[in-house]
Amino acid sequence: MRRFLWPALLLALIVAYPLVFSTPFLQRLGALVLLYAIAASSWNVIGGYAGQVSVGHAVFFGCGAYAAMGAYAHFGLSPLVGIPAGIVLAAGIAAIVGVPTLRLSGHYFSMATIAVAELVRLVVTNTDYLGAAVGLSGPTVPRNVFDLSFISALPYYYLFLVVLAVTLLITWWMANSRMGFYLRAIRDSERAARSLGAPTSRTKLYAFMLSAGLTSVAGALYAMMFGFVDPESGLGILISVKILIMAALGGAGLLFGPLVGAAILVPLEEISNSLLGGQGAGLTFVVYGAIIVLIARFQPGGILTLVKRELERRGRAPGKQKALQAGASHAP
Amino acid sequence: MARGQMSFILVQVIVGGLLLGAVYALFSSGLTLVWGMMNIVNFAHGDFVMLGMYAAFVVFTLFGVGPLAGVPFATLLLALLGVVVYFALIRDIMKGPMLAQILGTFGLALLLRYSVFWWFGANFLSLPQDIVGGTFAFLGLRIEASRLLAGVVALFVTLGLHLLLTRTSLGSKMLAVAEDATAAQLMGIRPDTMQAIAWAIAAGATGLAGALIATFFYIVPTVGETLGIVAFVTVSLGGFGSVPGALIAGLLIGVIESLSAYLIGDVYKDIVVYVLFLSFLWFRPQGLMGKT
Repeated sequence: MRRFLWPALLLALIVAYPLVFSTPFLQRLGALVLLYAIAASSWNVIGGYAGQVSVGHAVFFGCGAYAAMGAYAHFGLSPLVGIPAGIVLAAGIAAIVGVPTLRLSGHYFSMATIAVAELVRLVVTNTDYLGAAVGLSGPTVPRNVFDLSFISALPYYYLFLVVLAVTLLITWWMANSRMGFYLRAIRDSERAARSLGAPTSRTKLYAFMLSAGLTSVAGALYAMMFGFVDPESGLGILISVKILIMAALGGAGLLFGPLVGAAILVPLEEISNSLLGGQGAGLTFVVYGAIIVLIARFQPGGILTLVKRELERRGRAPGKQKALQAGASHAP
Repeated sequence: MARGQMSFILVQVIVGGLLLGAVYALFSSGLTLVWGMMNIVNFAHGDFVMLGMYAAFVVFTLFGVGPLAGVPFATLLLALLGVVVYFALIRDIMKGPMLAQILGTFGLALLLRYSVFWWFGANFLSLPQDIVGGTFAFLGLRIEASRLLAGVVALFVTLGLHLLLTRTSLGSKMLAVAEDATAAQLMGIRPDTMQAIAWAIAAGATGLAGALIATFFYIVPTVGETLGIVAFVTVSLGGFGSVPGALIAGLLIGVIESLSAYLIGDVYKDIVVYVLFLSFLWFRPQGLMGKT
């Protein structure tokens, strides 16, 4: 029973957070942490578990955001209706990019993702139907609860918490299914996996499409919370950067890695933005760049890997060993 | 008459594309050299070019001296940066997992891009139009001297780079390391030194290219992203590791870009190049010159 104590306490803390810290700033901060955790967890499916580094996930984020806002702006429907369309669109783009590049070395995949994100951003910026450079807006005054337009961040917090839980459940289920075993085999040695009969390209493609679909949900939620989307906030390269760095800092390929990364970086960015104002935006990304370089150079496994290794080192004392093994995550 | 006018403009557009394409070829051959030799894709490559542009800009605005001083300065500065980046970062991430390889240079790209953004701001900068002697007419074509200088210098340096790699003992040593680093080491070649030299050459090429186009291109911190993708397209088209391939692909992309800017509109020129890249990945991932 004791090994459930800490997770249960942590969960209770997460659920109670916006009620305890009830100022608008802190509630909004909590909601943003969860939102980026959803996006980064979605990235984790292809970037962490499959080891294929997407540097253009903003394109899928934008699919969801534009589909949600488009449903309202063009058809007068609830932004919720746009979510399935966004998922289909994102998975379709993932297939277009993934089919040719997932057969090649991982460099091609990364280059193609950066190119497709930039391509879609340019096309959207020049398409009047999608609001061009101005973007699309959601309902300014909510007509009913399905418009999901609230002044307080509290409803968003719990909505995002539920979506995050679902995202993590899907990830966990995938990691423990046949597909998860294939993915880990592919990440460790693609040639070995293929020679043992694992359908490598197809498995990676499914993971990529799943990751894209989940990311588009995060984008739709983002657009609903902020009430609008434009090319920079929905499709800009900085969205890709944020998604990627949160997963990598926390621990790529670990279930809770992206959540840890988001819980560290989102507050840092919000605080630096409110202290430095617009001037801080450039500086924030200088720091992000430095963090990414340092992770790559010294600790590609991220913070959670570091913590886990430290716990294992301390847990060598008899008795503790067993509990740790049982509690250890399935991922390497 | 109108028809003659039209084809005349078309020739002008194609010549402009070839001159710019030579510069694309120059910085892309740096990317292809490093990729072919170490199997590392430098995601900061476009941002190296951007640094070259700013280096040339700073030399001009601070000291008021023309491109003759800015070009060597930017080349040497970037070559030095290349060596530093190799020893501080690349040497270690090369042996790491794919995630580390891509994150390492991608993080470097952000670091460089936003440091410049922070220091210089997001404004578009540009050097005076007539810094290299304005525009002149040649066989009836109107050519800017700055573009002509950039194109011709880039063409010769790219050809020189090809000769360096294929005709000198340094080139042979580098190819030996690319082929099999351990075997090369047994023959008394230091892989570390050769790879550092490759990074110096690759980054130096970006510095030179950046300084050359700084005389007529817009200078902005985010220009590296566009130029980086151009380099990816060029290298994929030309086949990785091949400098002649990069040269032909660079010239081709320069012409395609110019033609689409002229025929469909300026904002669509990047869109055309990116679509071309994605369709190449679908139909001919080994590039134009690559073997199946």
